[in-house]
Amino acid sequence: MSLALVFDYLVSPTFLRGAMMTLLLTVCSLAFGVLIGLVVALLQESRTRTGQAVTLVYLWLFRGTPVLFQIIFIYNVLPSFGIRLSAFVSAVLALSLNEGAYMAEILRSGLQAVKKGQRVAGLALGLTSFQVMRHVVVPQAARIVLPPIGNQMIGMLKLSALVSVIAVEELLLVANQTASATFRYFEALTAAGIYYLAMTTVFMALQMLLERSLDPKKRQRARNVPLAERLLGITRAPAIR
Amino acid sequence: MATTDIRPGEAATTAKPQLEIMAIDKSFGSNRILKACSLNVAAQETLVVIGPSGSGKSTLLRCVNLLEPVDAGNIFFEGRDITREADKAHLVRREIGMVFQNFELFPHLSAAENIMLAPVRALGMSRADAHDIATALLAKVHIPEKADAFPDELSGGQQQRVAIARALAMKPKLMLYDEPTSALDPEMIREVLDVMAELSAEGMTSIVVTHEMGFARRAADRIIFMEAGEIIETATSDAFFGGSVNERTRRFLDQILH
Ligand SMILES: Nc1ncnc2c1ncn2[C@@H]1O[C@H](COP(=O)(O)OP(=O)(O)O)[C@@H](O)[C@H]1O
Ligand SMILES: [Mg+2]
Repeated sequence: MSLALVFDYLVSPTFLRGAMMTLLLTVCSLAFGVLIGLVVALLQESRTRTGQAVTLVYLWLFRGTPVLFQIIFIYNVLPSFGIRLSAFVSAVLALSLNEGAYMAEILRSGLQAVKKGQRVAGLALGLTSFQVMRHVVVPQAARIVLPPIGNQMIGMLKLSALVSVIAVEELLLVANQTASATFRYFEALTAAGIYYLAMTTVFMALQMLLERSLDPKKRQRARNVPLAERLLGITRAPAIR
Repeated sequence: MATTDIRPGEAATTAKPQLEIMAIDKSFGSNRILKACSLNVAAQETLVVIGPSGSGKSTLLRCVNLLEPVDAGNIFFEGRDITREADKAHLVRREIGMVFQNFELFPHLSAAENIMLAPVRALGMSRADAHDIATALLAKVHIPEKADAFPDELSGGQQQRVAIARALAMKPKLMLYDEPTSALDPEMIREVLDVMAELSAEGMTSIVVTHEMGFARRAADRIIFMEAGEIIETATSDAFFGGSVNERTRRFLDQILH
């Protein structure tokens, strides 16, 4: 057991690259996941029959199968249909499609939480539908969806470790490869663990700052989730699948 | 009956009515909610609308500011047919203020910001100018000290007065009030009605759906009674409170007054 080695791993280019890859996977998948979720949420709100059918099938597929299955399927099965994607693109595709299915639900609940009367009041003032969306609905919905989206962000960071299965050089794969080569499991995995904890902590801090900046009264709300609960993921909207 | 009544002593501002509703029809599915309703409102007039729940009072107001499209008939606002201007509805609504039963203040904005939103976003006014307007309007509705308060920090009566100020910020030529005091505790009704009566006295053209007969007596020029989508009776305030109303109106009044 060598703390010096843990430190060496922490500052080594390999681990740094692994951590950056994990971060990149998380950010990309989350961004596309939010976009997909938004499209799905709006399709569901639109109440057109095709929109409903398409979203239903999508949600059924991606909420009804394990993410690990989706990752492996996209990487290994799509090529036989002539769709050849790099491991990284496959990983982001699988993670964002999976994320979108959960994000749709979060965004929809946020939009629905803003009562119809609020939109009517905005329209009655002479604002356009877009202005009502932008200045009345979205600011209110944002405050509702931000805590669950923060949870999803932390969940995604952890979920991204799954793509090591298709050989994307993210943090866990790097740690595992290093450990197998040197038999220094404790040191390699401890270094990876420290990176994960550092990243989740930064995410949580960002989330809290963002939540506070969205609070018009700039005051700490009683319902702010305690740090321990965030860390343990025992708040609303579970990010577990 | 449906001509403009201008009370003696009041300035005859225009020959044409500010608002002219001609035989509008509105159905939701197979329910015919408004049945060939016709109504004129003169500039500076205050019209009170009474009628049982479900008679179509809210729907009538919502049709006037184009929140609901009409199926038939026409609405002229300042001589202009606005009935089928769905794409320009927001331009029409800028000139028509509306106040709701549940206030509908924006909870993420302070009182002043609620009032500033539409002038800034819809008219492109500078924040500084809009803030001046908000300050003046909050004084007008008697709560100058509440500019920075958020809706959940205000009483119902205060919230409704901010909502009135918010509507006034667009300098509307017509105000629509849909049961503005029916969600309020009794002790707060007065402060809201006072503000409305003051606006009416200043010559703000208003259509007020309310069962507050004290307000009607004080501020209304005319009173209409609606039932099942029809305007059953239109009476001047004097005639109405003089007791010359038809049988159905009288029965309804007996109900709400006892
Ligand atoms: N958006 C709507 N869809 C279907 N029915 C509606 C809608 N709005 C109002 N109605 C119906 O129209 C009737 C009149 O409603 P409303 O104008 O709100 O009456 P009032 O304001 O006089 O109580 C009611 O029976 C109501 O159920
Ligand atoms: Mg009503």
